[in-house]
Amino acid sequence: MSHDKKQAALDEILRSSGVDVRKCMRCGKCTATCPAFDEMEYHPHQFVYMVEKGEIEKLAASPSIFKCLSCFACMERCPRQVEPAKLIEAVRLSVIREKGANHLKPEQVPALLDEDLPQQAITSAFRKYSK
Amino acid sequence: MKFSYYPGCTLKTKAKDLDRYARASCVALGVDLAELPEWQCCGAVYPMAKDEIATKLSSVRALASARDLGTDLVTLCSACHNVIKQVNNDMKTDADIALRANNYLKLDTPYKGEANVLHFLEMLRDRVGFDALKEKVTNPLTGRKIGAYYGCLLLRPSKVMAMDDAENPTIIEDFIRAIGATPVVYGMRNECCGGYVTLENKASAVKRSSAVLESAKAKGADTVVTACPLCLYNLQKNGGDAGVDVVYFTELLAEALGVK
Repeated sequence: MSHDKKQAALDEILRSSGVDVRKCMRCGKCTATCPAFDEMEYHPHQFVYMVEKGEIEKLAASPSIFKCLSCFACMERCPRQVEPAKLIEAVRLSVIREKGANHLKPEQVPALLDEDLPQQAITSAFRKYSK
Repeated sequence: MKFSYYPGCTLKTKAKDLDRYARASCVALGVDLAELPEWQCCGAVYPMAKDEIATKLSSVRALASARDLGTDLVTLCSACHNVIKQVNNDMKTDADIALRANNYLKLDTPYKGEANVLHFLEMLRDRVGFDALKEKVTNPLTGRKIGAYYGCLLLRPSKVMAMDDAENPTIIEDFIRAIGATPVVYGMRNECCGGYVTLENKASAVKRSSAVLESAKAKGADTVVTACPLCLYNLQKNGGDAGVDVVYFTELLAEALGVK
């Protein structure tokens, strides 16, 4: 990726998330409290400094962007109000907003259903995984 | 006491118990819950990005409708509550989101976050009052040991939800006391059940949900209560064999009020 393109990708993530990554003091509390951290290739604190370094391409290619549970634990417990979940959301959106890049497709849904599964589960997954 | 009520999609389908026990309890408590005449699904998770507008519009419509009716808006499902309260905060505090949402909606009166959103539990605590509730209990659940399961969406982010201390909450424990049972405080009461990840990684949901129920059981809970249909599903289906019952808090409320 050219320098300009890399900068544009970074600007887009910062604008869309509204996060100031420079506030992070690397304490790791977000990762320590994340219920999905062990499912992630890049943990929440790594998201913050990788965005700071402009490594958006790496993050966008990682399955980690689909592991966040949107539980707001990292946002609540960050002592510096960095809000890592908003960065994960912004990177995921930059991926699924591209044509044909939906992570969950409607035709996959029938196989995922069981009789007790609440609509809320499917609605949430669509909002997180698809555009 | 009259409120607008936003039930949400799941309460009309898989989570009918959460809804019907709430309605029956409100009749017993003299609370008039008037379902909004038209409402649309909130989308179940709050869209965090600054440039997500369309996904917030259904919440704005519900909020504007409650404002126009002149009533506070009561929500019941934790997810609806989280989405609608956070969108309301955006409409109040983020001029860009408010401008673009209003440009699209073309409401008679632009919406600027005027509505007041209350979770059903807040309505019980702050409007009915837990003391008044206690007086109306005809069938106290004496001897039951009940753990409150807050999960993630009811209280966080606490600056916006402004409902209780997100790390040391008391609202559901106080509710449990009001219906005559004994609250059980346990470590995992405000940690995530796994949520929608159950769709593509059941093992992860099993790990999260069984940790919650094991934690409740270790502290002696026989029952855990929730306000969230997805939490109920995960704890019941993916929660392992801790032997702890998982029910909606409204079911116990209706039982205590003698209207179940």
